[in-house]
Amino acid sequence: MPNVTYAGQAVSVGDDGFFTDPSQWTEEMAPEIARAEGIGQLTELHWQVIKFMRHEYQEKGTGPTIRILGKTSGVSIKELYQLFPKGPAKTAAKVAGIPKPRGCI
Amino acid sequence: MRRILILGGGTGGTLVANRLRRVLAPCDADITVIDQDDQHVYQPGLLFVPFGLADPGEITRPRHRQLHAGIGFRRAAIERVDLGSDVVVLDGGTALEYDLLVIATGAQLLPEETEGLEEGWPERVQTFYTPAGAASLRDALARFDGGRIAVNVIDMPIKCPVAPLEFCFLADWFFRERGIRDRVELSYVTPLDGAFTKPVASAALGGLLAEKGVGLVTEFNTGRVDTSGSQPRLVSWDEREVPFDLAVVVPLHGGAGYVSRSPGLGDELGFITVDPHTLQSAAAPNVFAIGDAAGVPASKAGSVTHFEGEVLVENIQRFLAGEPLTASFDGHTNCFIETGFGKALLIDFNYDTEPVTGHYPAAVGLPLLKQSRLNHLGKLMFQPFYWHGLLPGRDIPGIGSAMPERGKSGLAASREHATTAGSNRAS
Repeated sequence: MPNVTYAGQAVSVGDDGFFTDPSQWTEEMAPEIARAEGIGQLTELHWQVIKFMRHEYQEKGTGPTIRILGKTSGVSIKELYQLFPKGPAKTAAKVAGIPKPRGCI
Repeated sequence: MRRILILGGGTGGTLVANRLRRVLAPCDADITVIDQDDQHVYQPGLLFVPFGLADPGEITRPRHRQLHAGIGFRRAAIERVDLGSDVVVLDGGTALEYDLLVIATGAQLLPEETEGLEEGWPERVQTFYTPAGAASLRDALARFDGGRIAVNVIDMPIKCPVAPLEFCFLADWFFRERGIRDRVELSYVTPLDGAFTKPVASAALGGLLAEKGVGLVTEFNTGRVDTSGSQPRLVSWDEREVPFDLAVVVPLHGGAGYVSRSPGLGDELGFITVDPHTLQSAAAPNVFAIGDAAGVPASKAGSVTHFEGEVLVENIQRFLAGEPLTASFDGHTNCFIETGFGKALLIDFNYDTEPVTGHYPAAVGLPLLKQSRLNHLGKLMFQPFYWHGLLPGRDIPGIGSAMPERGKSGLAASREHATTAGSNRAS
Protein backbone atom coordinates (compact mmCIF):
# COMPACT_ATOMS: atom_id res chain seq x y z
CA MET A 1 0.00 0.00 0.00
CA PRO A 2 1.70 3.30 -1.01
CA ASN A 3 2.02 6.07 1.53
CA VAL A 4 1.65 9.75 0.85
CA THR A 5 2.00 12.75 3.09
CA TYR A 6 -0.74 15.33 3.53
CA ALA A 7 -0.52 18.19 6.00
CA GLY A 8 2.67 16.65 7.33
CA GLN A 9 1.12 13.28 8.12
CA ALA A 10 1.72 9.97 6.34
CA VAL A 11 -1.47 8.25 5.18
CA SER A 12 -2.09 5.05 3.22
CA VAL A 13 -3.81 5.27 -0.12
CA GLY A 14 -4.82 2.70 -2.72
CA ASP A 15 -3.49 2.46 -6.29
CA ASP A 16 -5.69 5.26 -7.54
CA GLY A 17 -4.99 7.63 -4.66
CA PHE A 18 -8.08 7.04 -2.53
CA PHE A 19 -7.66 6.72 1.24
CA THR A 20 -7.81 3.17 2.46
CA ASP A 21 -8.33 4.23 6.06
CA PRO A 22 -10.71 7.21 6.35
CA SER A 23 -9.81 7.69 10.02
CA GLN A 24 -6.38 8.97 8.92
CA TRP A 25 -8.01 11.95 7.23
CA THR A 26 -8.17 15.39 8.83
CA GLU A 27 -9.79 18.58 7.55
CA GLU A 28 -6.37 20.17 7.18
CA MET A 29 -5.51 17.63 4.46
CA ALA A 30 -8.46 18.49 2.21
CA PRO A 31 -7.06 21.67 0.56
CA GLU A 32 -3.84 19.86 -0.34
CA ILE A 33 -5.65 16.86 -1.86
CA ALA A 34 -7.98 19.24 -3.69
CA ARG A 35 -5.06 21.16 -5.22
CA ALA A 36 -3.62 17.91 -6.56
CA GLU A 37 -7.02 17.35 -8.20
CA GLY A 38 -6.92 20.78 -9.83
CA ILE A 39 -9.27 22.54 -7.41
CA GLY A 40 -7.91 25.92 -6.28
CA GLN A 41 -9.85 27.20 -3.30
CA LEU A 42 -12.27 25.10 -1.26
CA THR A 43 -15.49 27.09 -0.86
CA GLU A 44 -18.28 26.63 1.64
CA LEU A 45 -20.18 24.59 -0.97
CA HIS A 46 -17.16 22.31 -1.44
CA TRP A 47 -17.13 21.72 2.31
CA GLN A 48 -20.84 20.96 2.32
CA VAL A 49 -20.17 18.18 -0.19
CA ILE A 50 -17.04 16.92 1.60
CA LYS A 51 -18.92 16.66 4.89
CA PHE A 52 -21.79 14.93 3.15
CA MET A 53 -19.36 12.38 1.66
CA ARG A 54 -17.89 11.61 5.09
CA HIS A 55 -21.38 11.27 6.57
CA GLU A 56 -22.58 8.94 3.80
CA TYR A 57 -19.50 6.79 4.16
CA GLN A 58 -20.04 6.46 7.89
CA GLU A 59 -23.69 5.55 7.39
CA LYS A 60 -23.41 3.22 4.43
CA GLY A 61 -19.83 2.09 4.10
CA THR A 62 -19.40 3.60 0.65
CA GLY A 63 -19.39 7.03 -0.94
CA PRO A 64 -22.53 8.04 -2.87
CA THR A 65 -22.89 7.89 -6.63
CA ILE A 66 -23.33 11.14 -8.55
CA ARG A 67 -27.04 10.47 -8.84
CA ILE A 68 -27.48 10.08 -5.09
CA LEU A 69 -25.27 13.13 -4.49
CA GLY A 70 -27.56 15.18 -6.73
CA LYS A 71 -30.66 13.88 -4.96
CA THR A 72 -29.56 14.19 -1.36
CA SER A 73 -26.55 16.49 -0.83
CA GLY A 74 -28.51 19.68 -1.37
CA VAL A 75 -26.20 20.59 -4.27
CA SER A 76 -27.45 20.02 -7.83
CA ILE A 77 -25.51 17.80 -10.25
CA LYS A 78 -24.75 20.84 -12.40
CA GLU A 79 -23.22 22.67 -9.42
CA LEU A 80 -21.40 19.53 -8.34
CA TYR A 81 -19.63 19.44 -11.69
CA GLN A 82 -18.70 23.11 -11.31
CA LEU A 83 -17.21 22.34 -7.89
CA PHE A 84 -15.47 19.10 -8.91
CA PRO A 85 -15.05 19.31 -12.70
CA LYS A 86 -13.20 16.00 -13.04
CA GLY A 87 -16.19 14.06 -11.75
CA PRO A 88 -17.84 14.86 -8.41
CA ALA A 89 -18.43 11.35 -7.02
CA LYS A 90 -14.80 10.32 -7.34
CA THR A 91 -13.04 13.63 -6.75
CA ALA A 92 -15.12 14.54 -3.72
CA ALA A 93 -14.52 11.07 -2.27
CA LYS A 94 -10.78 11.55 -2.70
CA VAL A 95 -10.77 15.01 -1.12
CA ALA A 96 -12.97 13.75 1.72
CA GLY A 97 -10.51 10.93 2.43
CA ILE A 98 -12.87 8.02 1.88
CA PRO A 99 -12.24 4.92 -0.27
CA LYS A 100 -13.16 4.84 -3.96
CA PRO A 101 -16.96 4.66 -4.21
CA ARG A 102 -18.05 1.12 -4.88
CA GLY A 103 -20.58 2.22 -7.45
CA CYS A 104 -23.29 -0.08 -8.58
CA ILE A 105 -23.15 -3.51 -10.05
CA MET B 1 -53.57 -18.30 10.24
CA ARG B 2 -50.70 -16.07 9.13
CA ARG B 3 -51.42 -13.47 6.47
CA ILE B 4 -48.62 -13.28 3.93
CA LEU B 5 -48.78 -10.44 1.43
CA ILE B 6 -46.49 -10.44 -1.57
CA LEU B 7 -46.24 -7.15 -3.44
CA GLY B 8 -45.42 -7.73 -7.10
CA GLY B 9 -46.24 -10.70 -9.32
CA GLY B 10 -43.07 -10.76 -11.41
CA THR B 11 -40.18 -13.20 -11.20
CA GLY B 12 -39.48 -12.82 -7.48
CA GLY B 13 -43.05 -12.50 -6.22
CA THR B 14 -44.23 -15.47 -8.27
CA LEU B 15 -41.45 -17.87 -7.36
CA VAL B 16 -41.61 -16.97 -3.68
CA ALA B 17 -45.40 -17.39 -3.61
CA ASN B 18 -45.17 -20.80 -5.26
CA ARG B 19 -42.32 -21.97 -3.05
CA LEU B 20 -44.07 -20.74 0.12
CA ARG B 21 -47.36 -22.39 -0.88
CA ARG B 22 -45.52 -25.69 -1.18
CA VAL B 23 -43.96 -25.53 2.28
CA LEU B 24 -46.74 -23.85 4.28
CA ALA B 25 -50.02 -25.67 4.91
CA PRO B 26 -53.13 -23.82 3.64
CA CYS B 27 -54.57 -23.80 7.17
CA ASP B 28 -51.39 -22.12 8.49
CA ALA B 29 -50.88 -19.36 5.95
CA ASP B 30 -52.94 -17.27 3.60
CA ILE B 31 -50.85 -16.09 0.64
CA THR B 32 -51.91 -13.19 -1.58
CA VAL B 33 -49.98 -11.61 -4.45
CA ILE B 34 -50.79 -8.02 -5.42
CA ASP B 35 -49.85 -6.45 -8.73
CA GLN B 36 -51.10 -3.45 -10.66
CA ASP B 37 -51.51 -5.44 -13.89
CA ASP B 38 -51.83 -9.01 -15.09
CA GLN B 39 -49.03 -9.03 -17.69
CA HIS B 40 -45.98 -11.07 -16.76
CA VAL B 41 -43.19 -10.31 -19.20
CA TYR B 42 -40.24 -12.67 -19.67
CA GLN B 43 -37.84 -9.74 -19.54
CA PRO B 44 -34.72 -11.45 -20.98
CA GLY B 45 -36.77 -11.86 -24.16
CA LEU B 46 -37.01 -8.08 -24.66
CA LEU B 47 -33.42 -8.00 -25.98
CA PHE B 48 -34.41 -10.15 -28.97
CA VAL B 49 -37.50 -8.17 -29.99
CA PRO B 50 -35.68 -5.27 -31.75
CA PHE B 51 -33.95 -7.78 -34.04
CA GLY B 52 -37.13 -9.62 -34.98
CA LEU B 53 -35.99 -12.69 -33.01
CA ALA B 54 -38.91 -12.58 -30.56
CA ASP B 55 -42.35 -11.01 -30.45
CA PRO B 56 -43.69 -9.12 -27.40
CA GLY B 57 -46.77 -11.36 -27.48
CA GLU B 58 -44.81 -14.57 -27.14
CA ILE B 59 -42.84 -13.38 -24.12
CA THR B 60 -45.90 -12.20 -22.15
CA ARG B 61 -48.31 -14.34 -20.11
CA PRO B 62 -50.99 -13.61 -17.48
CA ARG B 63 -49.47 -13.17 -14.01
CA HIS B 64 -52.25 -15.01 -12.17
CA ARG B 65 -51.78 -18.10 -14.32
CA GLN B 66 -48.20 -18.50 -13.04
CA LEU B 67 -49.42 -18.77 -9.44
CA HIS B 68 -50.26 -22.18 -8.03
CA ALA B 69 -53.60 -23.19 -6.53
CA GLY B 70 -54.21 -21.74 -3.10
CA ILE B 71 -52.53 -18.39 -3.82
CA GLY B 72 -54.73 -15.29 -4.09
CA PHE B 73 -54.12 -12.68 -6.78
CA ARG B 74 -55.37 -9.15 -6.44
CA ARG B 75 -55.01 -6.52 -9.12
CA ALA B 76 -54.37 -3.16 -7.49
CA ALA B 77 -51.85 -0.35 -7.37
CA ILE B 78 -50.15 0.29 -4.04
CA GLU B 79 -50.40 3.62 -2.28
CA ARG B 80 -48.02 2.95 0.61
CA VAL B 81 -46.80 0.51 3.23
CA ASP B 82 -47.21 1.45 6.88
CA LEU B 83 -44.47 -0.44 8.68
CA GLY B 84 -45.65 0.71 12.12
CA SER B 85 -49.08 -0.89 11.84
CA ASP B 86 -48.25 -3.75 9.42
CA VAL B 87 -50.63 -2.47 6.78
CA VAL B 88 -50.47 -2.10 3.00
CA VAL B 89 -52.72 0.67 1.72
CA LEU B 90 -53.96 0.20 -1.82
CA ASP B 91 -54.72 2.94 -4.29
CA GLY B 92 -58.28 3.92 -3.37
CA GLY B 93 -57.71 3.51 0.35
CA THR B 94 -58.31 -0.20 1.05
CA ALA B 95 -56.04 -1.28 3.91
CA LEU B 96 -54.70 -4.83 4.03
CA GLU B 97 -53.10 -6.14 7.22
CA TYR B 98 -50.21 -8.55 7.06
CA ASP B 99 -48.18 -10.72 9.39
CA LEU B 100 -45.42 -11.07 6.83
CA LEU B 101 -44.69 -8.88 3.84
CA VAL B 102 -42.53 -9.75 0.82
CA ILE B 103 -41.62 -6.88 -1.48
CA ALA B 104 -41.01 -7.91 -5.08
CA THR B 105 -42.15 -4.87 -7.03
CA GLY B 106 -38.93 -4.67 -9.05
CA ALA B 107 -37.49 -1.56 -10.64
CA GLN B 108 -39.22 1.02 -12.79
CA LEU B 109 -37.84 3.18 -15.60
CA LEU B 110 -37.53 6.92 -14.96
CA PRO B 111 -36.95 8.55 -18.37
CA GLU B 112 -38.46 11.80 -17.06
CA GLU B 113 -35.43 12.27 -14.79
CA THR B 114 -33.13 12.91 -17.75
CA GLU B 115 -33.54 16.24 -19.49
CA GLY B 116 -34.68 15.92 -23.09
CA LEU B 117 -34.94 12.14 -23.11
CA GLU B 118 -38.69 11.98 -23.67
CA GLU B 119 -38.66 14.80 -26.23
CA GLY B 120 -36.70 12.68 -28.69
CA TRP B 121 -38.99 9.68 -28.17
CA PRO B 122 -39.54 7.76 -30.44
CA GLU B 123 -38.17 9.41 -33.62
CA ARG B 124 -34.59 9.67 -32.46
CA VAL B 125 -34.50 8.02 -29.04
CA GLN B 126 -35.61 4.48 -28.27
CA THR B 127 -35.35 1.90 -25.52
CA PHE B 128 -35.79 -1.86 -25.50
CA TYR B 129 -36.52 -2.09 -21.77
CA THR B 130 -40.33 -2.20 -22.24
CA PRO B 131 -42.40 -4.40 -24.59
CA ALA B 132 -43.77 -1.34 -26.43
CA GLY B 133 -40.31 0.24 -26.61
CA ALA B 134 -38.71 -2.94 -27.92
CA ALA B 135 -41.39 -3.25 -30.64
CA SER B 136 -40.94 0.39 -31.61
CA LEU B 137 -37.17 -0.08 -31.78
CA ARG B 138 -37.66 -3.12 -34.02
CA ASP B 139 -39.44 -0.87 -36.53
CA ALA B 140 -36.75 1.81 -36.21
CA LEU B 141 -33.94 -0.70 -36.82
CA ALA B 142 -35.76 -2.15 -39.82
CA ARG B 143 -35.95 1.37 -41.33
CA PHE B 144 -32.39 2.32 -40.38
CA ASP B 145 -30.19 2.42 -43.45
CA GLY B 146 -27.01 3.98 -42.13
CA GLY B 147 -25.67 6.50 -39.64
CA ARG B 148 -24.66 6.69 -36.01
CA ILE B 149 -26.26 4.57 -33.30
CA ALA B 150 -25.36 5.37 -29.70
CA VAL B 151 -26.27 2.80 -27.06
CA ASN B 152 -26.34 4.70 -23.78
CA VAL B 153 -26.75 3.64 -20.16
CA ILE B 154 -27.71 6.82 -18.28
CA ASP B 155 -26.62 5.55 -14.86
CA MET B 156 -26.45 2.44 -12.73
CA PRO B 157 -28.15 0.48 -11.32
CA ILE B 158 -30.06 -1.01 -14.24
CA LYS B 159 -31.80 -4.31 -14.81
CA CYS B 160 -29.49 -6.84 -16.43
CA PRO B 161 -26.30 -4.72 -16.73
CA VAL B 162 -25.07 -6.89 -19.63
CA ALA B 163 -28.19 -6.34 -21.79
CA PRO B 164 -26.98 -3.07 -23.41
CA LEU B 165 -23.70 -4.80 -24.32
CA GLU B 166 -25.63 -7.70 -25.79
CA PHE B 167 -27.65 -5.18 -27.75
CA CYS B 168 -24.40 -3.86 -29.30
CA PHE B 169 -23.23 -7.36 -30.21
CA LEU B 170 -26.58 -8.25 -31.77
CA ALA B 171 -26.78 -4.93 -33.63
CA ASP B 172 -23.37 -5.66 -35.17
CA TRP B 173 -24.70 -9.08 -36.27
CA PHE B 174 -28.02 -7.59 -37.47
CA PHE B 175 -26.43 -4.97 -39.73
CA ARG B 176 -23.88 -7.46 -41.08
CA GLU B 177 -26.74 -9.79 -42.02
CA ARG B 178 -28.42 -6.86 -43.76
CA GLY B 179 -25.17 -6.10 -45.60
CA ILE B 180 -24.95 -2.49 -44.38
CA ARG B 181 -22.64 -2.81 -41.39
CA ASP B 182 -20.08 -0.52 -43.08
CA ARG B 183 -22.66 2.27 -43.12
CA VAL B 184 -23.50 1.98 -39.41
CA GLU B 185 -21.32 3.47 -36.69
CA LEU B 186 -22.05 1.78 -33.37
CA SER B 187 -20.92 3.12 -30.01
CA TYR B 188 -21.47 2.05 -26.43
CA VAL B 189 -21.68 5.02 -24.08
CA THR B 190 -21.42 4.15 -20.38
CA PRO B 191 -20.98 5.94 -17.04
CA LEU B 192 -18.61 3.15 -15.95
CA ASP B 193 -14.84 3.29 -16.52
CA GLY B 194 -14.97 0.17 -18.72
CA ALA B 195 -17.40 -2.09 -20.55
CA PHE B 196 -18.54 -3.74 -17.32
CA THR B 197 -18.30 -3.36 -13.56
CA LYS B 198 -15.94 -6.26 -12.81
CA PRO B 199 -12.32 -6.03 -14.09
CA VAL B 200 -11.78 -9.47 -15.70
CA ALA B 201 -15.19 -9.51 -17.42
CA SER B 202 -14.80 -5.83 -18.31
CA ALA B 203 -11.57 -6.56 -20.20
CA ALA B 204 -13.11 -9.56 -22.01
CA LEU B 205 -16.28 -7.67 -22.96
CA GLY B 206 -14.34 -4.54 -23.92
CA GLY B 207 -12.19 -6.72 -26.21
CA LEU B 208 -15.32 -8.14 -27.78
CA LEU B 209 -16.69 -4.65 -28.46
CA ALA B 210 -13.41 -3.70 -30.17
CA GLU B 211 -13.40 -6.93 -32.18
CA LYS B 212 -16.87 -6.12 -33.47
CA GLY B 213 -16.00 -2.53 -34.26
CA VAL B 214 -18.19 -0.99 -31.57
CA GLY B 215 -16.78 2.24 -30.14
CA LEU B 216 -16.54 2.52 -26.36
CA VAL B 217 -17.11 5.83 -24.58
CA THR B 218 -16.51 5.54 -20.82
CA GLU B 219 -17.17 7.68 -17.75
CA PHE B 220 -19.91 9.47 -19.66
CA ASN B 221 -22.59 10.72 -17.25
CA THR B 222 -25.43 11.81 -19.49
CA GLY B 223 -26.82 15.16 -18.36
CA ARG B 224 -29.20 15.71 -21.25
CA VAL B 225 -30.35 14.35 -24.56
CA ASP B 226 -30.54 17.13 -27.12
CA THR B 227 -32.71 16.39 -30.15
CA SER B 228 -33.66 20.01 -30.84
CA GLY B 229 -31.06 20.80 -33.51
CA SER B 230 -30.18 19.18 -36.81
CA GLN B 231 -27.60 16.92 -35.13
CA PRO B 232 -29.04 15.11 -32.10
CA ARG B 233 -26.49 14.45 -29.35
CA LEU B 234 -25.97 13.10 -25.87
CA VAL B 235 -24.40 15.73 -23.63
CA SER B 236 -22.60 14.71 -20.43
CA TRP B 237 -22.53 16.74 -17.22
CA ASP B 238 -18.91 17.62 -17.97
CA GLU B 239 -19.99 18.89 -21.42
CA ARG B 240 -18.69 16.09 -23.62
CA GLU B 241 -20.90 15.22 -26.60
CA VAL B 242 -21.79 12.08 -28.51
CA PRO B 243 -23.67 12.83 -31.75
CA PHE B 244 -26.19 10.25 -32.96
CA ASP B 245 -28.87 9.54 -35.52
CA LEU B 246 -30.53 6.95 -33.31
CA ALA B 247 -29.99 6.65 -29.56
CA VAL B 248 -30.87 3.42 -27.79
CA VAL B 249 -31.10 4.53 -24.20
CA VAL B 250 -31.45 2.62 -20.95
CA PRO B 251 -33.19 5.21 -18.73
CA LEU B 252 -32.52 5.70 -15.02
CA HIS B 253 -34.05 3.03 -12.80
CA GLY B 254 -35.71 3.44 -9.42
CA GLY B 255 -37.82 1.34 -7.11
CA ALA B 256 -41.62 1.30 -7.30
CA GLY B 257 -43.31 4.64 -6.64
CA TYR B 258 -45.00 3.69 -3.35
CA VAL B 259 -41.64 3.00 -1.68
CA SER B 260 -40.84 6.69 -1.37
CA ARG B 261 -44.31 7.24 0.16
CA SER B 262 -43.56 4.61 2.83
CA PRO B 263 -41.25 6.04 5.53
CA GLY B 264 -38.32 3.79 6.45
CA LEU B 265 -38.91 1.26 3.71
CA GLY B 266 -36.36 2.16 1.04
CA ASP B 267 -33.25 4.11 0.07
CA GLU B 268 -32.89 7.32 -1.96
CA LEU B 269 -33.64 5.49 -5.20
CA GLY B 270 -36.64 3.60 -3.83
CA PHE B 271 -34.98 0.22 -3.39
CA ILE B 272 -35.74 -1.71 -0.21
CA THR B 273 -33.10 -1.55 2.48
CA VAL B 274 -32.43 -5.16 3.48
CA ASP B 275 -29.62 -7.25 4.89
CA PRO B 276 -27.72 -8.46 1.78
CA HIS B 277 -27.47 -12.00 3.18
CA THR B 278 -30.81 -12.62 4.95
CA LEU B 279 -32.89 -10.24 2.74
CA GLN B 280 -34.72 -9.03 5.85
CA SER B 281 -35.71 -5.36 6.07
CA ALA B 282 -33.57 -3.15 8.24
CA ALA B 283 -36.70 -1.31 9.41
CA ALA B 284 -39.10 -4.18 10.23
CA PRO B 285 -38.30 -7.85 10.92
CA ASN B 286 -41.51 -9.11 9.28
CA VAL B 287 -40.65 -7.48 5.95
CA PHE B 288 -38.40 -9.07 3.31
CA ALA B 289 -37.46 -8.09 -0.24
CA ILE B 290 -36.37 -10.05 -3.28
CA GLY B 291 -35.16 -9.37 -6.80
CA ASP B 292 -34.76 -5.98 -8.44
CA ALA B 293 -36.68 -4.31 -5.59
CA ALA B 294 -34.01 -5.23 -3.05
CA GLY B 295 -31.24 -2.72 -2.43
CA VAL B 296 -28.40 -5.25 -2.29
CA PRO B 297 -24.98 -4.94 -3.99
CA ALA B 298 -25.78 -7.56 -6.63
CA SER B 299 -26.92 -7.24 -10.24
CA LYS B 300 -30.60 -6.70 -10.89
CA ALA B 301 -31.09 -9.95 -12.77
CA GLY B 302 -33.42 -12.92 -12.88
CA SER B 303 -30.67 -15.34 -11.83
CA VAL B 304 -30.06 -13.31 -8.67
CA THR B 305 -33.79 -13.38 -7.93
CA HIS B 306 -33.89 -17.13 -8.47
CA PHE B 307 -30.94 -17.78 -6.17
CA GLU B 308 -32.35 -15.38 -3.55
CA GLY B 309 -35.68 -17.24 -3.63
CA GLU B 310 -34.32 -20.38 -2.03
CA VAL B 311 -32.68 -18.40 0.79
CA LEU B 312 -35.68 -16.15 1.31
CA VAL B 313 -38.19 -18.98 1.66
CA GLU B 314 -36.01 -20.72 4.21
CA ASN B 315 -35.64 -17.51 6.21
CA ILE B 316 -39.38 -16.79 6.07
CA GLN B 317 -40.11 -20.26 7.44
CA ARG B 318 -37.62 -19.66 10.23
CA PHE B 319 -39.06 -16.23 10.97
CA LEU B 320 -42.61 -17.63 11.19
CA ALA B 321 -41.34 -20.35 13.54
CA GLY B 322 -39.63 -17.76 15.74
CA GLU B 323 -36.16 -19.10 14.95
CA PRO B 324 -33.04 -17.09 14.05
CA LEU B 325 -32.45 -16.54 10.34
CA THR B 326 -29.58 -18.72 9.16
CA ALA B 327 -29.98 -18.87 5.40
CA SER B 328 -27.51 -16.55 3.73
CA PHE B 329 -27.50 -15.27 0.15
CA ASP B 330 -23.96 -15.06 -1.24
CA GLY B 331 -24.70 -12.68 -4.14
CA HIS B 332 -24.63 -15.49 -6.71
CA THR B 333 -25.22 -14.10 -10.22
CA ASN B 334 -25.21 -16.00 -13.48
CA CYS B 335 -25.68 -14.40 -16.90
CA PHE B 336 -25.64 -15.65 -20.43
CA ILE B 337 -24.34 -12.86 -22.66
CA GLU B 338 -25.55 -13.12 -26.23
CA THR B 339 -22.70 -12.14 -28.56
CA GLY B 340 -24.34 -12.59 -31.97
CA PHE B 341 -23.84 -15.15 -34.75
CA GLY B 342 -25.42 -17.91 -32.68
CA LYS B 343 -22.94 -17.62 -29.84
CA ALA B 344 -23.00 -16.49 -26.25
CA LEU B 345 -20.71 -16.34 -23.28
CA LEU B 346 -21.49 -17.07 -19.66
CA ILE B 347 -20.41 -15.29 -16.48
CA ASP B 348 -20.88 -16.46 -12.90
CA PHE B 349 -19.93 -14.55 -9.76
CA ASN B 350 -21.02 -13.48 -6.27
CA TYR B 351 -20.52 -10.75 -3.65
CA ASP B 352 -16.91 -11.82 -3.02
CA THR B 353 -15.57 -13.07 -6.34
CA GLU B 354 -15.64 -11.60 -9.81
CA PRO B 355 -16.43 -13.49 -13.04
CA VAL B 356 -13.47 -15.66 -14.07
CA THR B 357 -12.76 -18.24 -16.76
CA GLY B 358 -13.22 -22.00 -16.46
CA HIS B 359 -16.37 -24.08 -16.66
CA TYR B 360 -19.82 -23.99 -15.04
CA PRO B 361 -21.14 -25.53 -12.82
CA ALA B 362 -18.12 -27.88 -12.60
CA ALA B 363 -15.01 -28.82 -14.59
CA VAL B 364 -17.26 -30.42 -17.19
CA GLY B 365 -19.81 -27.82 -18.09
CA LEU B 366 -20.48 -24.63 -20.00
CA PRO B 367 -17.39 -22.55 -20.79
CA LEU B 368 -17.11 -19.35 -18.73
CA LEU B 369 -16.19 -15.94 -20.19
CA LYS B 370 -15.74 -17.52 -23.62
CA GLN B 371 -18.02 -17.40 -26.64
CA SER B 372 -19.60 -20.71 -27.54
CA ARG B 373 -22.59 -22.10 -29.38
CA LEU B 374 -23.44 -24.14 -26.28
CA ASN B 375 -23.95 -21.00 -24.20
CA HIS B 376 -26.24 -19.59 -26.89
CA LEU B 377 -28.32 -22.78 -26.75
CA GLY B 378 -28.34 -22.45 -22.96
CA LYS B 379 -29.76 -18.95 -23.30
CA LEU B 380 -32.44 -20.11 -25.74
CA MET B 381 -33.39 -23.05 -23.55
CA PHE B 382 -33.84 -20.76 -20.61
CA GLN B 383 -37.24 -19.37 -21.60
CA PRO B 384 -39.18 -22.64 -21.27
CA PHE B 385 -37.34 -23.28 -18.00
CA TYR B 386 -38.36 -19.81 -16.80
CA TRP B 387 -42.09 -20.51 -17.19
CA HIS B 388 -42.04 -24.17 -16.20
CA GLY B 389 -39.18 -24.43 -13.70
CA LEU B 390 -38.08 -21.12 -12.26
CA LEU B 391 -41.48 -19.49 -11.64
CA PRO B 392 -42.99 -22.66 -10.14
CA GLY B 393 -40.03 -22.49 -7.76
CA ARG B 394 -38.14 -25.58 -8.80
CA ASP B 395 -34.38 -25.87 -8.33
CA ILE B 396 -32.13 -26.41 -11.33
CA PRO B 397 -30.67 -29.93 -11.01
CA GLY B 398 -27.07 -29.64 -9.83
CA ILE B 399 -27.24 -25.86 -9.33
CA GLY B 400 -27.98 -24.52 -5.87
CA SER B 401 -28.22 -21.00 -4.55
CA ALA B 402 -24.56 -20.80 -3.50
CA MET B 403 -22.05 -20.02 -6.25
CA PRO B 404 -20.12 -23.16 -7.34
CA GLU B 405 -16.32 -22.91 -7.20
CA ARG B 406 -15.40 -26.18 -8.92
CA GLY B 407 -14.25 -25.72 -12.50
CA LYS B 408 -13.16 -22.09 -12.11
CA SER B 409 -9.66 -20.75 -12.62
CA GLY B 410 -8.07 -17.81 -10.83
CA LEU B 411 -10.78 -17.68 -8.19
CA ALA B 412 -8.41 -17.02 -5.29
CA ALA B 413 -6.89 -14.00 -7.04
CA SER B 414 -10.35 -12.79 -7.96
CA ARG B 415 -11.50 -13.05 -4.37
CA GLU B 416 -8.45 -11.16 -3.19
CA HIS B 417 -9.23 -8.44 -5.68
CA ALA B 418 -12.91 -8.33 -4.79
CA THR B 419 -12.01 -8.14 -1.11
CA THR B 420 -9.58 -5.29 -1.68
CA ALA B 421 -12.06 -3.45 -3.85
CA GLY B 422 -14.85 -4.18 -1.43
CA SER B 423 -12.93 -3.46 1.76
CA ASN B 424 -15.21 -0.51 2.34
CA ARG B 425 -18.32 -2.65 2.20
CA ALA B 426 -21.00 -2.15 4.75
CA SER B 427 -21.41 -5.16 6.97
